[in-house]
Amino acid sequence: MTSLDKTGAADTLAGRPRRARARAGVPLPLLLPALLGLAFLVLPLVALLIRAPWRSLPEQLTSTEVWQALQLSLVCATSATALSLVVGVPLAWLLARADFPGRGLVRALVTLPLVLPPVVGGVALLLALGRNGVVGRWLDSWFGITLPFTTAGVILAETFVAMPFLVISVEGTLRAADRRYEEAAQTLGASRFTAFRRVTLPLIAPGIAAGAVLAWARALGEFGATITFAGNFPGRTQTMPLAVYLALQNDPAAAIALSLVLLAVSVAVLAGLRDRWVTAS
Amino acid sequence: MSDDHPMTDTAPAAPDPAPAPAPGNAGTNAPAAARPGAPADAGLDARLIVDRGSFRLDIELTAAPGDVVALLGPNGAGKTTALRALAGLVPLTGGRLRLDGTDLDRLPPEARPVGVVFQDYLLFPHLTALDNVAFGPRCRGAGKAEARAEAAAWLDRMGLADHAGAKPRHLSGGQAQRVALARALATHPRLLLLDEPLAALDARTRLEVRARLRRHLAAFEAVAVLVTHDPLDAMVLADRLVVVEHGRIVQEGTPADIARHPRTDYIAQLVGLNLYRGRADGHTVRLDSGPEITTSEELTGPVFVAFPPGAVTLHRDRPTGSSARNLWRCAIEGLEIHGDQIRADLTGELPLAADLTTAAAAELDLHPGAPVWATVKATQTHAYPA
Amino acid sequence: MTRPADRHRRTLKAAAASVAALLALGACSSSGDDASAGSGGSASPNVSGTVTVFAAASLKESFTKLGAAFEKAHPGTEVSFNFGGSDTLAAGITGGAPADVFAAASARTMKTVTDQGEAAGTPVVFTRNRLEIATLPGNPEKIASLKDLTRSGLKVVLCDKTVPCGAAAGKALDAGGVKLTPVSYEEDVKGALNKVVLKEADAAVVYRTDVRAAGDKVEGVDFPEAAEAVNDYPIALLKNARNATAAKAFIDLVRSAEGRKVLTEAGFLTP
Repeated sequence: MTSLDKTGAADTLAGRPRRARARAGVPLPLLLPALLGLAFLVLPLVALLIRAPWRSLPEQLTSTEVWQALQLSLVCATSATALSLVVGVPLAWLLARADFPGRGLVRALVTLPLVLPPVVGGVALLLALGRNGVVGRWLDSWFGITLPFTTAGVILAETFVAMPFLVISVEGTLRAADRRYEEAAQTLGASRFTAFRRVTLPLIAPGIAAGAVLAWARALGEFGATITFAGNFPGRTQTMPLAVYLALQNDPAAAIALSLVLLAVSVAVLAGLRDRWVTAS
Repeated sequence: MSDDHPMTDTAPAAPDPAPAPAPGNAGTNAPAAARPGAPADAGLDARLIVDRGSFRLDIELTAAPGDVVALLGPNGAGKTTALRALAGLVPLTGGRLRLDGTDLDRLPPEARPVGVVFQDYLLFPHLTALDNVAFGPRCRGAGKAEARAEAAAWLDRMGLADHAGAKPRHLSGGQAQRVALARALATHPRLLLLDEPLAALDARTRLEVRARLRRHLAAFEAVAVLVTHDPLDAMVLADRLVVVEHGRIVQEGTPADIARHPRTDYIAQLVGLNLYRGRADGHTVRLDSGPEITTSEELTGPVFVAFPPGAVTLHRDRPTGSSARNLWRCAIEGLEIHGDQIRADLTGELPLAADLTTAAAAELDLHPGAPVWATVKATQTHAYPA
Repeated sequence: MTRPADRHRRTLKAAAASVAALLALGACSSSGDDASAGSGGSASPNVSGTVTVFAAASLKESFTKLGAAFEKAHPGTEVSFNFGGSDTLAAGITGGAPADVFAAASARTMKTVTDQGEAAGTPVVFTRNRLEIATLPGNPEKIASLKDLTRSGLKVVLCDKTVPCGAAAGKALDAGGVKLTPVSYEEDVKGALNKVVLKEADAAVVYRTDVRAAGDKVEGVDFPEAAEAVNDYPIALLKNARNATAAKAFIDLVRSAEGRKVLTEAGFLTP
């Protein structure tokens, strides 16, 4: 309340018109760009809603291909997030806690997929894990595993682009976490791994959750790497973004409808998760 | 409490440069093992050398089972580094570390029979008090039920049975300290380390917790080493004090001995004595800084002279009929309230601290810059060989 | 050192001369052509400035060549290309993008432009493209027909039905009565081709021009059903053209013998 009055007083003193009470305490040089930023992010979504073909929407959404794509998207994004957690959290730990030569380089390599155009990422995955790829050729000849054009391929492509988000987020949390808890655990007889599992992991859980949510969101919207590495086949590798893109070729209304479904589902999931995980503790 | 963060002693949490301890060790360990007349196996026998470039810790530390040793020293003296070295959290650059005849030096922290009570306790915030205490036994191989039963027994012993299910953030400072102690003791350590065990507490709880901790330490059958910068804590809790300054031991002994015979300004200040160094010739000690002090002891050679601030009498004018042989012309530098007394810091012929009642201070019209005469009776001084 | 450069210059000059001549003959609508571009000196005062051409991605190599020839023949002109998917380009044009000429890869996409009244006059088909099967170099799977693509164990990619090459492939498959389940419906023809280039797929149904452009990285196999799904490439002057004269001249060049030659070299068929 006091800050409210102060702001008002300052404004009147400066001869400026009194600002709305709701903005009390927020300096104008922050508020204006903030609102601009918000508008910039929200406006395209609003436009999408305004131009959505509401009348034909029910019809668009009853097609099995849509639900197939949505289901595949959710399954793949969730699997990619799980995979990212399994290997990404240890990787983040390595970057944050282990001391080894070339750590800076490794960190740069980890973040590389963030700047790599996803399509290039997809080609790179093909060159590595494709039927004729550096590693993929052995997977094929030894185990008969080929990844391109499979759902597993979609999951890998999404993991490739999404995991850096998780690693960066978890590494940051680990660096901010008090290392002495790990030391305390060690003096109690915990190996470094036990200390990590029983002490560090629970302590950084909110950071991991935030990273996982980021990775999940990124995986859900993945397009370039997925279509390049895993192709596009309904029910197997056609995720929502692929369906949206292809619909855009000749039926923009359908594309908008599909986008709305993807948006609605992701907003529901993210809002739910944020409440439960991210803001918890 | 903010400035006695334990990390301040050890340089920020930058990754330890982990210099391979192997070569230095092999060199320093061999003579230690071969040393004739080494102390009996039981207890702690250590020489802790930690080299950090600009800072070097090098202290010798021995203790028998049942001993409580306090490492006392100013911030940055290396106390916490010593503690961390004992726990295995900082690698030794050289020296030796044996506990009950076993070489600990090459063992990782988790393999050492060492329990630590950290300065701000570092109770795991996501675990209940019970699970915090059960953590150690669990890690050392006990089953879940067994570990919890043991933890419950420890909490009970600490008078915390009612708080077993509480998360650390719901515990008071004193309770948290006891949980931390229970957690450290639950692994049955042969060496218990306490880092500023009372520093995180407010003055009132401190008194009670100190008394309780003293009982627990007295009952502890193995070696306990505590680090503190508070002389009172050290003197109440420990049987023996080791005073560390600049990474070196400057004095060690029983609390009473150290309180009576401080050998550095730091200790003198801690125990509240005026301390001077000089050369004695009979009852007269000529100080290195110039003036002389007459003492009751009769000594020759380099000595320390100490007297309490309460032994100083101040006069506005030069006392005439005084029997005091020790008379110096000084000026007031500063005044502060010290309990129900006033502590006056004097400069002049002999810089010293003097205690006087508020009434006396008012009567003398003392204020910074005021010239005064200070006298001390020879019988109230105490001289001892340096 | 000098000889190849000289030869290159000579070819260009020759091309420019013939193009100029053709322009003079063919451009009935444009008034008073005084083209004497043989020496590269003066140009028609009417043909100048920048021509903006929106063209289907498959035309990139051919049109780039023709654009250079056009600039040579008309000093002072500049041909600015925007290559992309026909649908995307059409959407751009109907959305108001400043273009003088639109060359589409299908009649359907051109129709979306004419339907909006964006074209000036009727579009003309200037070339055609035909499907081929792209196989791995040397055709190790001995693919000789559309039917062969249905062999089990073979990984075949098609374009998605929503893009022209996919629609054409669907037509051809229907015509042959072949039921084919690919491993993927790619988002465009290059995506389909690349899967074969990278050896991830054994075959793809793509355009002849794409097979040609990929060089020896793939091998083309012609199949009779392709005749049922030939793609027409219409070109049109746009209503809002800011440089109609030069735009017309460029369209004429594309439709000329010279233009046809360039397109045929790239694998296109004569209309």
